[in-house]
Amino acid sequence: MELHNVWFVLIAVLWTGYFFLEGFDFGVGVLTRVLARDRAERRVLINTIGPVWDGNEVWLLTAGGATFAAFPDWYATLFSGFYLPLLLILVCLIIRGVAFEYRAKRPEEHWQRNWERAIFWASLLPAFLWGVAFANLVRGVEIGPDKEYVGDVLDLLNPFALLGGLVTLFLFTFHGAVFTALKTVGDIRLRARRLAAVLGTATVALTLGFLLWLQSDTGGTWSRVALIAAVAALLCAVGAVAAGLEGWSFLYSGVAIVATVATFFLALYPDVMPSSLNPEWSLTAENASSTPYTLKIMTWCAGIATPVVLLYQGWTYWVFRKRIGTHHIAPEAHVAAAGAAGAAEGAAGADGAGGDGAGR
Amino acid sequence: MDLALAPETLARWQFGITTVYHFLFVPLTISLASLVAGLQTAWVRTGREKYLRATKFWGKLFLINIAMGVVTGILQEFQFGMNWSDYSRFVGDVFGAPLAFEALIAFFFESTFIGLWIFGWDRLPQKIHLACIWMVAAGTVLSAYFILAANSWMQHPVGYRINEKSGRAELTDFWHVLTQNTALAQFAHTITAAFLTGGAFVVGIAAYHLVRGRRPRDIAVMRSSLRLGLLTLVVAGLLTAVTGDRLGKIMYEQQPMKMASAEALWETEAPAPFSLFAVGDVDKGHNRVAIEVPGVLSFLAHDNFSDAVPGINPTNEAMKERYDDEFGLGDYRPNIPLAYWSFRWMIGFGMTSLGLGVLGLWLTRRRFWLADRLRTGEDDVPRLALTRDRELGARLGGWYWRLALLTLLFPLVANAWGWIFTETGRQPWVVYGVLPTSSAVSPGVSQGEVITSLTIYTLLYAALAVIEAKLMIKYVKAGPPELTESDLNPPTKIGGHDREDSDRPMAFSY
Repeated sequence: MELHNVWFVLIAVLWTGYFFLEGFDFGVGVLTRVLARDRAERRVLINTIGPVWDGNEVWLLTAGGATFAAFPDWYATLFSGFYLPLLLILVCLIIRGVAFEYRAKRPEEHWQRNWERAIFWASLLPAFLWGVAFANLVRGVEIGPDKEYVGDVLDLLNPFALLGGLVTLFLFTFHGAVFTALKTVGDIRLRARRLAAVLGTATVALTLGFLLWLQSDTGGTWSRVALIAAVAALLCAVGAVAAGLEGWSFLYSGVAIVATVATFFLALYPDVMPSSLNPEWSLTAENASSTPYTLKIMTWCAGIATPVVLLYQGWTYWVFRKRIGTHHIAPEAHVAAAGAAGAAEGAAGADGAGGDGAGR
Repeated sequence: MDLALAPETLARWQFGITTVYHFLFVPLTISLASLVAGLQTAWVRTGREKYLRATKFWGKLFLINIAMGVVTGILQEFQFGMNWSDYSRFVGDVFGAPLAFEALIAFFFESTFIGLWIFGWDRLPQKIHLACIWMVAAGTVLSAYFILAANSWMQHPVGYRINEKSGRAELTDFWHVLTQNTALAQFAHTITAAFLTGGAFVVGIAAYHLVRGRRPRDIAVMRSSLRLGLLTLVVAGLLTAVTGDRLGKIMYEQQPMKMASAEALWETEAPAPFSLFAVGDVDKGHNRVAIEVPGVLSFLAHDNFSDAVPGINPTNEAMKERYDDEFGLGDYRPNIPLAYWSFRWMIGFGMTSLGLGVLGLWLTRRRFWLADRLRTGEDDVPRLALTRDRELGARLGGWYWRLALLTLLFPLVANAWGWIFTETGRQPWVVYGVLPTSSAVSPGVSQGEVITSLTIYTLLYAALAVIEAKLMIKYVKAGPPELTESDLNPPTKIGGHDREDSDRPMAFSY
């Protein structure tokens, strides 16, 4: 296989990794409003992804960096062409990261509530917008003869793309609900199961509709196989979660994401960014790629680094494999009011255990 | 179109604002990761509580800081494609690879192990948990290396050829890109400056606590921190100066225009003087007022006091001759007052911090050339001893502590001016001698779109700065946290408590 094709596959793998992993943590973010009933439950949800969300997000940075290196024209056209949606996604990711890290750093009600709102919206919007972006990517956008995007932002908000956005939003939220059922104990776990069954049913319908539309436009034999796999996996995931088999359900919802992303990329190939104006102006895996020398170096790097990354990221999930419930949550990680440090002088040694149990 | 609102100008403002902002957090992340790792190592090895309390205190500030560094870094990864698509097309074959390496090797490292460190206090054996923070520290340094190799290629492109057919730069020697002297010198200078920044940060905050200090237990923590900070500040500060000198000499060879502008040296002179103060006239190409130290610039450029250093005007003529046929830019001078003053502010602020560090290291010494009555115990605020028998007066001593607090800001300012100097000093090029900045912007992105993003990022970053600074101050004021039973005797330690208890609350939760 030629190296630019290898890299087409690797870019697809990176996006798949990103949507598989950040997919459920977007979903968990959305569920903080949909599923959680009070602050304690919201904290349980946030803590199921607390140790891992940052590592999950690096898959996106790697997909971006690898696209830059392996397909400079794709990187340039995609990100300058989808300027405003991408701006919105980046703003959300910035706010979302800060929200996870800062929410528990102050005890005030309004402080925590505001960050919780931020987590919800900054999870929901990217989950939707990535679908919009990918749907447009597959469908083809107005790319001129010089590889530049010549359409405007409203062209990106067509029905096909909006449906694509709903598909990723539902898919990720469903994936997140299954993850929640897998990672929590108590009442919230049971409700997560029930919600997952409902969400999953809607997801099956949306995904089936969208992928058939996609298939009729641009699909081939292989994308049809991926489509069938995606829908079948979703059905299994819904069935499994309804039956209380959370591990299996998570596996299937993961497969559904993999197969959905695969459908996208199979429908795309050999283009990486088709032009709706003139097929000759499309960016392809061949005409948008870097030189074989660069690709060779990148292949070595990815070949060595990726398995190592998978090992230590996998280990992280193993370390934090325990289910958590409201009774596991440590006392709030904020500190006492600043003046208390001096005032508590005498009692300092004695009351240590009660104070900052979080100790980070 | 009005030049001030041209997409190129706006895109440059956006890149400048977002990058300088990002770089407020980066040096602190790099240095604090290692310092916290060092403190935690001291705790693991000695078992002394003050080191664990120091680890937790500085670790918390480190985490408040790194969160901002991480999220503002996301934008950097995409900004090239969004605002600089022609740049990306032209250089992607060369410039993309170190970025991809950075993500694959360094970002995964940092982001995964930071999660393990934050939540792992009661989940991992003590030494593995310690290894996690060292991994984070290694990740930050690796990340700096790759991105600086990429930037160095913009400063001094090597290991590539221009493909006439595709009209882009293509990589021919990746190893050369990673190991050229510009990359090594920039890396050394940036990393040492990062430790200067972290050292000053620790010194400033420790000084604040020692002055206000009431609880002996906290003083012990802060006193150790102060000495660690001072030592880091002084060693890193000296190395920053040495590496800066080295980088300067390389720049005199590779970008004489940048360095001539840094000195507002209009004509070639031998020996060349170092300028202390100048008011120039850019149109006429000379200085109206200049205060100079003879010969010193020759030394900075060539290690002797006599050799010629090329001036701005002759360099500009030489560049016109060399580049005008191909690029037709007509003027190859950067913004000279900006280059001149940013260079001075970088050095001035950085070296002031170093000076205060040297002074502090001397004044707070514990035994060396110190009368018995001025020696203090571990729980005491150190007395500022000028000579063997003489203590600094209350007034002067008070001033020293105040300056020591203030010094935490100086390297941050110096870093920002350093980047402003090196990036604006390279203009009008984005890749020196190869690609003018005006040919690098995204042709398809409208003025309105760039104004939108520039406004949104600026407002968002300003709001986050306020939030971050307030949070930082709150945790600084609160001082080192008291330790809990679980901190001292974590369940993962051999013989630790309730190893099997599945209902045990997490030691840390968001």
